Amino acid sequence: MSDDNLDFSASLTLGDFVTDIDCAISLQGCTGLFGASGAGKSTLIRLIAGFLQPSRGRISYRGAVWYDRVAGVFTPAYKRGVGVVFQDARLFPHLTVEKNLLYADRRSDCSRYGFDEIADAFDLSSLFARLPSSLSGGERQRVALARTLLTRPDLLLLDEPLSALDAKRKAAILPYLDDLPKRFGAPVIYVSHNVDEIVRLASRTIILKHGRIEAEGATADVLNAHGDDAQGVIVTGVIAGHDDHYSLTRIDVGAGALALPINKNKTVGETVNLRIDARSVVLARSPLDGLSIRNHLPATIRAIATNDERASFVDVLLDAQGIALRAQVTREAADVLGLAPGGNVYALVKSASFDF
Amino acid sequence: MSLPDISAFWLTLRLAMVVTVILLFIATPLAYALAVMRSRVKPAIEAVVALPLVLPPTVLGFYLLLVFNPSAPLGGFWVSMTGDTLAFSFAGLVVASVLYSLPFAVQPLQAAFEAVSGELTEAAASLRAAPLDAFLTIVAPLSLRGFLTAAVLSFAHTLGEFGVVLMVGGNIPGETRVVSIAIYEHVETLQYAQAHGLSALLLIFSFVVLIFVYLFNRRAPLHVGR
Repeated sequence: MSDDNLDFSASLTLGDFVTDIDCAISLQGCTGLFGASGAGKSTLIRLIAGFLQPSRGRISYRGAVWYDRVAGVFTPAYKRGVGVVFQDARLFPHLTVEKNLLYADRRSDCSRYGFDEIADAFDLSSLFARLPSSLSGGERQRVALARTLLTRPDLLLLDEPLSALDAKRKAAILPYLDDLPKRFGAPVIYVSHNVDEIVRLASRTIILKHGRIEAEGATADVLNAHGDDAQGVIVTGVIAGHDDHYSLTRIDVGAGALALPINKNKTVGETVNLRIDARSVVLARSPLDGLSIRNHLPATIRAIATNDERASFVDVLLDAQGIALRAQVTREAADVLGLAPGGNVYALVKSASFDF
Repeated sequence: MSLPDISAFWLTLRLAMVVTVILLFIATPLAYALAVMRSRVKPAIEAVVALPLVLPPTVLGFYLLLVFNPSAPLGGFWVSMTGDTLAFSFAGLVVASVLYSLPFAVQPLQAAFEAVSGELTEAAASLRAAPLDAFLTIVAPLSLRGFLTAAVLSFAHTLGEFGVVLMVGGNIPGETRVVSIAIYEHVETLQYAQAHGLSALLLIFSFVVLIFVYLFNRRAPLHVGR
């Protein structure tokens, strides 16, 4: 059991929006904070960071009390040791990249890792002399992330750090986020309304809805139980090996192995979450040869879900030896193939459909 | 130009400079407090600061005369400390001018601070910078134009002051006889040549100061540093 416990019990009313959250979370690795916009994610982050003061309750982290209404305790943000990366980077516009980084470095009183180590890890030395106004959005977020890490935070809050970036820039930054807790020794709370980011980065997830916690637990469990049907299914697997010849990573998901584009950031034996979109699962009545889709999982049909008798598509809910999968097929195909609960099929999963 | 007129000109410059320096020290914390304040008393404080903008200088001067009276607490305290009265003295003129020009220093600073603080001060706090640290390293450098505007407006406004000076300072050569009072006196006594001299001097001086300010404002990038 780690001692990175966040005990949070506080409420705050801003206008007609009430945030009322009680939780005791052991923050290990990366915890996702997921919810639609307006669910209270940012308010919760601002309460943890110390930018907002709640109107009741108590907040403590690693045993240090940050807020206690009854005892009259409020630790200001600059004394909490919480690093925050904002959606809009918030670099200091009058300082160069290097001076932005040094600003944080000089005010940090510990040296878990050095300045150069961070600058190298985020490939920043070529940007040192630049002013923030001359950086691209992706570069700005990289600098912001490095700057926050240089405070050597005890807790790292990432508040939608990628949401202002386009898909290409996002993909370029994601690898830097993969191993943050392990590499830099601080638990991470990662805020996002994007399922793929949560699935990729967070081992545990908290879902917020209307200013309250709706669910909390392992990412796959929480998202499968409370997520949107459109997100497909989150499957947890273990990295079985990397195939350099074909540039594939094989992942054991229990029911079989899936081959995905290679990602060497993941070590063999590591647990990963995969999102399988219902539209990228194809069903066959019998095992098929001569097909370019190589990921075949035998499965039993649990149910056929449809919103509307006359809909073009139906969702077939599958049980692939303990793994719940979801496949979207046309209603016609379901009838022609005679798909019905209890029937056995083969689920074919396109490699390209994974986000990790 | 006559010797008394030159002395009036220097007295005016000295007054404007002293007032500007004092105002920057007073207005900076006041403006920053107003910029970050969310309390319900904020509009009341803002209204008090803005009062000199709407009050006739004679009203302000009248109340100051009452306060400066040696039998009043402040006036009495001043006499016991310095042996001199505040009314009809250079010190009294400084106090009066600071109050009279306060909004001209506070308002541009407050606007500048409001534009900078908030998001960036939160970022500074998350980087372990204490509030004063964050103010000195982030807010103040990014508000340089606000400081410049505040200083110039305070200086210029004090240069051109007349009503309050007349009320609390009178017309004591070398002590309270500033340029505007001297010009008024020349005109009253029909010494138009001297009035012309002083007026032209003030006009040219003010113009040159403003030219420098606008040139600087144009050259200085919004963000200094580097």
